[in-house]
Amino acid sequence: MTVFLLRRLLQAAAVVLVMSLLVFLGVFAIGDPIEILISPEADQFERERAIKALGLDLPLWQQYLVFLGNALQGDLGRSFVFNEPALKLILERMPATLELAIGATVLALLIGLPLGLYAGLKPNGALSKGIMATSILGFSLPTFWVGLMLIMVFAVQLGWLPSTGRGETVTLLGTRWSFLTLDGLAHMAMPTLNLALFKISLVIRLTRAGVRETMLMDYVKFARAKGLSPARVTFVHVFKNILIPVVTVVGLEFGGTIAFSVVTESVFAWPGMGKLIIDSINVLDRPVMVAYLMMIVLLFITINLVVDITYSLLDPRVRLEGKS
Amino acid sequence: MSTTTIAAAPPVPRVETPLQRFVSEFCASRLALLGLLIFTFIVVIAVLAPWIAPQNPYDLAQLDIMDGRMEPGTVGGAGFTYWLGTDDQGRDMLSGILYGLRISLTVGAGSAIIACLVGASLGMIAAYAGGRTDSLLMRLVDLQLSFPAILAALMILAFLGKGIFNVVLALVIVEWAYYARTVRGSALVERRREYIEAAQCLALPTSRIIFRHLLPNCLPPLIVVGTMQVARAIALEATLSFLGLGVPITEPSLGLLIANGYEYMLSGKYWISFYPGIALLVTIVSINLVGDQLRDVLNPRLKK
Repeated sequence: MTVFLLRRLLQAAAVVLVMSLLVFLGVFAIGDPIEILISPEADQFERERAIKALGLDLPLWQQYLVFLGNALQGDLGRSFVFNEPALKLILERMPATLELAIGATVLALLIGLPLGLYAGLKPNGALSKGIMATSILGFSLPTFWVGLMLIMVFAVQLGWLPSTGRGETVTLLGTRWSFLTLDGLAHMAMPTLNLALFKISLVIRLTRAGVRETMLMDYVKFARAKGLSPARVTFVHVFKNILIPVVTVVGLEFGGTIAFSVVTESVFAWPGMGKLIIDSINVLDRPVMVAYLMMIVLLFITINLVVDITYSLLDPRVRLEGKS
Repeated sequence: MSTTTIAAAPPVPRVETPLQRFVSEFCASRLALLGLLIFTFIVVIAVLAPWIAPQNPYDLAQLDIMDGRMEPGTVGGAGFTYWLGTDDQGRDMLSGILYGLRISLTVGAGSAIIACLVGASLGMIAAYAGGRTDSLLMRLVDLQLSFPAILAALMILAFLGKGIFNVVLALVIVEWAYYARTVRGSALVERRREYIEAAQCLALPTSRIIFRHLLPNCLPPLIVVGTMQVARAIALEATLSFLGLGVPITEPSLGLLIANGYEYMLSGKYWISFYPGIALLVTIVSINLVGDQLRDVLNPRLKK
């Protein structure tokens, strides 16, 4: 187990290292940092001093080591626009994004599980076919398009829900949250649904496939033969068993949800990390771009690592695979 | 059978070629046929856009700022009716959509074809070479697929800047892995078949075995993935352009048209965003309908 853990940790560290090199090269080699970091009014002497101070006269590999050393200490540079540490900016916006992503995950389970269960139990019903057809739309429609349609219908035509912003917030544990006020919830409704749409489709499909597979199992047949009520068979014997794979996939998808919140946040002007990165790209605020990218890479690698370790705890075959 | 009378010569049994069988199976689904019909129609109007559009939306001389933000069906200063309204610069939305479709389809199909060539070649190499080459390439594929396409494309465009070429490049980078994985999967199965062994015994050159023997037999799953990826590429391009990172403002695709109308939508001028959105929706859904049926027809596991 220790060997497996060590190997996976080393692999993860290697991926982070490679990604940091790619990000470094992407930002510092393609664009000219001197043009961006030093004001155009600076004279020759000031320019040279600034280049020296920023370490831009060093060879590229030394610059990379400096960048890496700073990154390890949590210093990913200062935002040009806000003149604040880039990492602090991103961490400030993170709760808003997490709120949206967690809300979307919960919504996906609340809507997707019952619909998928129904479609799995009655695969040939008209309603089931309708559910499955809608789930194809959920997969193929672009997120931003659905968001726009939501705004058009519910904010502009009907005027039921506000279209932008977070609304009233309550401070809890040092950060502001929208989901604790009615106004905040109204602001959250459309972005959350928008972000959840893809996951709802995913949960419906997984649940349906799981139910259809489980219904044929011997223990379900036995439970039926024992004379248990259909409700008990469905909810205790079938439902419990399909829950594990569904929850795993939804958990794995969490990183993807945070990535897709870039689109949803832009459509609904939700002040989270995703909106920040789009704004930063548009004004070429490179330190924020670097910090965001490194954060996302770390997030993905952590999620993958946690899943791998959990699986290896549950399934010894994964652990032993490398030995043979 | 019972209706055939005994004749002097037995009737020649009609032999269905694989292509005929494929066509008849594809046509079994009315929905897929409708999708194919709509998609063909979209391609035709996109290709013919310069001849059928009432106005050249890129030619500023033809635009009249006085006609800006007109409702659908109004007659403009130039004397023709704006059936789908105009945007803030007085551009006819119908013409804008026809030209936008051209760009969306070009980017979508172009990136899918290039990604297919790159991915299929690498997947084929991985399957045929095996060993270290295979595991290295597949690790790369895993890494690529574990990272959401939208983020990867966003970052590539942030570094490279806007432009049709850059968008295509970004889409190829995020999409090649799907093709590589698909081709490798089917090539690994086909490789062990007798006909490959026979070809090897004939001492044919490796490249000939790969391209003339292995590749044609790996095509069906590749076609399915390719069709779906065209729809995905179009949707991704629209998303990137909507975020302001895709095509430049001088060559608006559907996504950029939608983005342009976004701010006006809140004040009730829905048509600037709505109609390009409908065009995008119809395009994506029609491709998906075709792709779905192709998957059912070409997948031997689903055959009864």
